[in-house]
Amino acid sequence: MLDLLWIIPALPLAGFMALLLFGGRLGGRTPAAIGCLSVGLAMVASFACAFDFILASPSRPGIERVLFPWFYAAGLAPSFGFYLDGLSLLMIVVITFVGFLIHLYSVDFMAGEEGYSRFFAYMNLFVGSMLILVLADNFLLLYLGWEGVGLCSYLLIGFWYRDPANGRAAVKAFVVTRVGDASLLIGLFLIALSLGTLDIQEAAARSGLLWPRGSAAAVAAALLLLGGAVGKSAQLPLQTWLPDAMAGPTPVSALIHAATMVTAGVYLIGRTHALFTLAPAVLSAVAAVGAATLLLASASALVQRDLKRILAYSTMSQIGYMFCALGVGAWSAAFFHFAIHAFFKALLFLAAGVVIKSLSNEHDIFKMGGLRKSLPSAFWAFLAGACSLSALPFVTAGFYSKDMILSALSASGGVGRWFWAAGLIGAFLTSLYAFRALFIVFSGPGRPWRQRAGFFMGVPLLALGVLSVGAGWLLQAGAGGPLTAGIFGSLPDGSAAGGAEGRLSSLAPPFLSVAGILAAGLLYLVLPRARRALAGRPVLSAVNGFFFSGWGFDRLYDLAFVRPFLWLARVDRADILDVPYRILALFAEAASRMLVLTQSGKVRLYVTAVALGAAVFLGLVVLL
Amino acid sequence: MAFAFYLSAAIAIGATVMVVTSANAIHGLLYLVVSFLAAATVLLLFGAPFAAALEVIIYAGAIMVLFVFVVMILGVGSRERRARPPGRAWIGPAFLAAVLAAELAYVQATGRATVAPGQVGPAAVGASLMGPYLAGVELVSVLLLVALIGAFHLGFRLGERQTPGKKGGGA
Amino acid sequence: MRPPVSLEQAMMFAGILFLVGLVGVITRRNTIFVLLSLEIMLNAAGLAFVLAAARFRSAEGQVMFLFVLAVAAAEVSLGLALVLWLYHHKRTVDIDRARDMRG
Repeated sequence: MLDLLWIIPALPLAGFMALLLFGGRLGGRTPAAIGCLSVGLAMVASFACAFDFILASPSRPGIERVLFPWFYAAGLAPSFGFYLDGLSLLMIVVITFVGFLIHLYSVDFMAGEEGYSRFFAYMNLFVGSMLILVLADNFLLLYLGWEGVGLCSYLLIGFWYRDPANGRAAVKAFVVTRVGDASLLIGLFLIALSLGTLDIQEAAARSGLLWPRGSAAAVAAALLLLGGAVGKSAQLPLQTWLPDAMAGPTPVSALIHAATMVTAGVYLIGRTHALFTLAPAVLSAVAAVGAATLLLASASALVQRDLKRILAYSTMSQIGYMFCALGVGAWSAAFFHFAIHAFFKALLFLAAGVVIKSLSNEHDIFKMGGLRKSLPSAFWAFLAGACSLSALPFVTAGFYSKDMILSALSASGGVGRWFWAAGLIGAFLTSLYAFRALFIVFSGPGRPWRQRAGFFMGVPLLALGVLSVGAGWLLQAGAGGPLTAGIFGSLPDGSAAGGAEGRLSSLAPPFLSVAGILAAGLLYLVLPRARRALAGRPVLSAVNGFFFSGWGFDRLYDLAFVRPFLWLARVDRADILDVPYRILALFAEAASRMLVLTQSGKVRLYVTAVALGAAVFLGLVVLL
Repeated sequence: MAFAFYLSAAIAIGATVMVVTSANAIHGLLYLVVSFLAAATVLLLFGAPFAAALEVIIYAGAIMVLFVFVVMILGVGSRERRARPPGRAWIGPAFLAAVLAAELAYVQATGRATVAPGQVGPAAVGASLMGPYLAGVELVSVLLLVALIGAFHLGFRLGERQTPGKKGGGA
Repeated sequence: MRPPVSLEQAMMFAGILFLVGLVGVITRRNTIFVLLSLEIMLNAAGLAFVLAAARFRSAEGQVMFLFVLAVAAAEVSLGLALVLWLYHHKRTVDIDRARDMRG
């Protein structure tokens, strides 16, 4: 099976091509069938590859399968090749599995929408691009996948293109991530120039030899790669696009903006960990970015009204946790959390989708309420997801993954203690906002109707719910065994177990998450009037507004970048930079006008010209 | 013999100059006929009797007569008063012609060719035409056909428009 | 028959005839005279062919002269038809008035 590694990205791409060419002509559920089938088969193939890989020999370095060489220029010879090691194996399993479930969900969710086959085509293209991204063995192919997912994100955010607001959100997402992409590209140029290769493993090896620790080249390259990661993963300072990206359909938000694309930055840093370890300052920057973002996002999630925006800020915050973990060298913890987060975040989004759809596209949580009995599947799913998100002790997978990160943070020295503190505050805020959402949406006076989820929407909810709760036990049971060794063996710290820590610090996270749940219950269930009175106070309402706007970043960027640019465009309305080209055109016109004078229509003039030319020519011949 | 050449050449050149500078079209035509006859003489002196005959028959005989017909139809001959352009207009072309003449003289001055004696009669020309240059003869016939069709086409429309009155005013 | 003069002088003769015709084409405004001058030029060219061929006692010069003559005849017939056309449409034979192709 490992020899057929290329089939994993090829299947969704084939699905995309098929839907692109024939989708419009296929009626009913057929486009969905093609979409689900391609991703489903990719999922099966991923499992088969995982089986083969882990069985072969655990914790071994990756295998490489080259399809064909791409080009050869200036000493660089990238190829269409795939590299499978524990890290990319984990990624493809999660991507195809969650992707398949979300495709299944979309069969019912997007039914009756205009552009049904277009949706599945774009989703397939996305899955294919993401798989190329994580399987790529060289930076150029990775960048191809990177750009591909960016494109699909744009296409899918603006899926309902008839509303111009959606288009604007899509453009905003694209432009902001573009800044990151440019940074990444420059970083790749630097790597290619300095190390002379684009192959990832090769570059890692050479960087160890050529770049001394802390050297300018290493710092620059790592910093530029971080810029790219920050853009795609919606971390500070390029985080402004993610909340607006919720304009897309809910399955899109679940797949792209929760489980997979936004984790591309985490994958990038993890894949190039060799380069980052050569620049410890940049690693600290990674953790700092993660810590700052997780605080910012958790605070913002606390005051949002739109259910999907709450989840978007939540995603931002959880990825901040992953960045923190990466920044202190806890690579396995970060990716463990990635997998668990993919499960429960997708679960939360899918449950939210059920709620939103049943209320005819209502996003405001304060207009919901009392849905516990009316949408039981959504309620239990959301409950499971919220518990996992809040890292409810022992019973949820989220607990184990977040615990791993926090213990790694506390185990790291000096500056790490600040990150650990941020992580703790974040944990409290996380359970607070998660259960705030749960209580507001699902509690309260019940509604008279009741709706059950169908097969296509119910099965994903069930599967993800089980995983959100149970995956932690699975991994704890397998810690040190072939499963975890196979998956995390390629990362430096090699194991999924946490480090040693003090009693107090190991008790703090569970205590805080439970405290958050209780606080949410207090504020929103038991004492709603007191809360409203508190929220009305001027200081608190100002803080509320500040958090609501995502700490004012949109306004900041508008003032700092957008307005000057628009002013410049207005000033340059006559396009002064076009003058050289216009001069060329004017010159051509003037020459033409001069030449037209020779076309006087007078035959005698023409004859004279011929005679003159003959005289000159003959003179030249005679004299020379 | 040289004297005959110089005399004929002088007549030819002189008549040609008179053609170019005459005011009356008929006068010009007649001067040109004289020029052609003088040229035919020169051709005879150089041993090309067939060419001389052709010059007289076709050039002077047919083409000039055609000119006469057209001039008569248009009636422009006698109506031209200031037909000659003013003196200033001759300077430029004359200078150009002088330059070209100088170039020609320069080329010719360095040559030392002697002309072969003897005539080249019509028989030889005919043999050449029917032999190697047969294709040329055919092409020339096509050319004349083209001229015929063109002249017919141009003249046909003229004929139509010139006689509308006659058709309408009969009854 | 012995030719009277050297080839160079004969060529000069033909050349001068040609140049006179050229001056006529450039200078005259009456289309009839322009056509006449063109005839002069063609005639001079034909003469040049024959006189040059006489050096080698070749018949090809006269063959060429015949072709030139045929071309001249064709050109004259069409040219005169055009003169009639010009007169018919513009009531003039001034060649400078036929400037519709300007620009």
